[in-house]
Amino acid sequence: MRALRMMLRKNQMSLLEVKDLKVRVEEREILHGLSLTVNPGQVHAIMGPNGSGKSTLSHVIAGKPGYEVTGGQILFKGEDLLEMAPNERAAKGVFLAFQYPVEIPGVTTWNFLHAALNAQRKARGEDEISSPAFLKKVREVAKSLNIPQDMLKRGVNVGFSGGEKKRNEILQMALFEPAVCILDEMDSGLDIDALRIAADGVNALRSPERAMVVITHYQRLLNYIVPDVVHVMSKGRVVKSGGKELALELEESGYAQFEDAA
Amino acid sequence: MNVVAKTETGRALGDAFTAVRDRLPGKGKIVDQRQQAFEAYERSGLPHRRIEDWKYTDLRALMREVLPLAPAPDAAALDRATAAIELRAIDGVRRLVLVDGAFAADLSDLGSLEKGLSVRPLREVLDAGDAALSAQAIASDIANPMIALNGAMATDGVVVDIADGTVLTRPLHIVHVASGTAPVAMFTRSLLRLGRDAGVTLVESYLAGEGAKAYQTHDGLIVSIGDNARLDHVRLVEDSVDAFNISSATVSLGAHAHFNTFGLTSGGHVSRYQLTVTCAGEGSKVETNGVNLINGKQHADTTLFMDHAVPHCASREIFRAVVDDRAHSVFQGRIIVRPDAQKTDAKMMTRALLLSDDAEADNKPELEIFADDVTCGHGATTGALDESLLFYMRARGLPEKEAQALLIQAFVGEAIETIVSDALREVAIATAQRWLEARA
Repeated sequence: MRALRMMLRKNQMSLLEVKDLKVRVEEREILHGLSLTVNPGQVHAIMGPNGSGKSTLSHVIAGKPGYEVTGGQILFKGEDLLEMAPNERAAKGVFLAFQYPVEIPGVTTWNFLHAALNAQRKARGEDEISSPAFLKKVREVAKSLNIPQDMLKRGVNVGFSGGEKKRNEILQMALFEPAVCILDEMDSGLDIDALRIAADGVNALRSPERAMVVITHYQRLLNYIVPDVVHVMSKGRVVKSGGKELALELEESGYAQFEDAA
Repeated sequence: MNVVAKTETGRALGDAFTAVRDRLPGKGKIVDQRQQAFEAYERSGLPHRRIEDWKYTDLRALMREVLPLAPAPDAAALDRATAAIELRAIDGVRRLVLVDGAFAADLSDLGSLEKGLSVRPLREVLDAGDAALSAQAIASDIANPMIALNGAMATDGVVVDIADGTVLTRPLHIVHVASGTAPVAMFTRSLLRLGRDAGVTLVESYLAGEGAKAYQTHDGLIVSIGDNARLDHVRLVEDSVDAFNISSATVSLGAHAHFNTFGLTSGGHVSRYQLTVTCAGEGSKVETNGVNLINGKQHADTTLFMDHAVPHCASREIFRAVVDDRAHSVFQGRIIVRPDAQKTDAKMMTRALLLSDDAEADNKPELEIFADDVTCGHGATTGALDESLLFYMRARGLPEKEAQALLIQAFVGEAIETIVSDALREVAIATAQRWLEARA
């Protein structure tokens, strides 16, 4: 049994592979050959100073327009992610929790989530989920994240506080059950209580099949979401990788040393 | 008289009037009224872009041919009309049908009229020679060339009277159908009079029967709302995309009267709707809202003239245009506050959403204020769909067209929500939905 499990693990394909990725925005190269391999069950943290390209990486993985990939590739379960539209990536199981979730007036959270979930299911050839079944599912998830019912009736993120917007991102993450979650600066704009609620929500979604990539400027978040691997990014490259202790090291010595290294 | 240079179309319209005038309903005085209206039209001819009000809708350039007056519908025409009506049937309404510009009694619900409600075909009223009514039907607003032409040529319509104190729960639904017999022109004129304390909901639909393509609808509605009376009005233009729809509504409100109107235009090749609302009694309230959903080479113009003639009246306008491909949307809203109309509260907001680089929207809000103690404001915006919202929605799994559809629904929703009746709001939402689905 044990041998079998070992064998399975060996043969398991990595979930997300970024290989020598080069990205430009308006003639300026932001990522200069970035590589990253994320396996199922792992939580990776990507740390780095402002302008190191952390958010660019998350946007390119999710398929945001406006970025030009000039080299390298991104594979998701062995498939070329860069060939897919953002909605196809979502249906395959890639989820980006936005640093600044947008407000969509006139589209209720409830309608939006239902339409998005059904679009994903349809893309995967699954049956659509009925309104009652969806309602039940959303209610359960919302309750666990301490999200009041009336938030679901309001326009998406309209009038939400910073903490509510982030919780709404995690609600969606829980609902869509993605294989890879990219969390872009989840801690920005959150006080310590809001951060703890959000982190608890994320931790509840950790599983042996699911991987997470936590992008953050500060070590603080990693006290709540403890990573398996920590990468330091500087000037568009990963300049150092290590265990969770690397984050603590950074907290003490800062990013300056790596800026020189890059 | 004929000092204005005329296009061929303009001349042909003159010939058309001369040719048919003896066959138009009404004798004696009515003939003179028609002649008067026609001469008023002739003074300017087909409006063109050098006339300020028609700057964006140059009928001389757009209307290239004059179509013959529609013949009375035969059995086959009535069958095609019936099929078109059934497709867009609204539950619980009293339907009054005009096929090819002629009142179709057999397709209309004329049974068990409520007490205080009277419905007569205009043709009958004109043939009976009611001088006062015909003057109103034929000779109103003849300073406006297209309204004058409509009056001169009007063949039929419905004349509805709602007596003092009569509040109808069953909405009236005037359906205009082009049966598709041949490319024809229709000229209709309807009158609605609400007495004191009366109330009704009026729906107007413009539909095309199977095969109806390049027809021309000219329609006019004249409404008087008595003191303390209320009219809720929903207008749906779903003409063929090759058709012309040149329509007007002239509405006058008594004291403490209330007029709520919503118009949705998704059909028609060229449509122009001229809505003139006059607050003639103190304390009256007006809400005029509308949505254009157009694509291809459609041209849709809503021109509103809101006249605050007396004090203590309020008006609100919410207008939304969604314009795709090479379509052209026009919204002109002019609010005039007369010197005596103190304490007027008037606000107008118009927004356009352009879905393609070739789409065009012209928003022209105008305020003319001659009183000093008023609250008035207007705003206009034009823009594209927000890319950051679209990306967020796509990142959650929604294909681009679906994400756009949700944003467009939200955009027009604010105007559609102003429809008071739940059932009619659903009809408007379904109409918008059809447009979005046809796009996807």
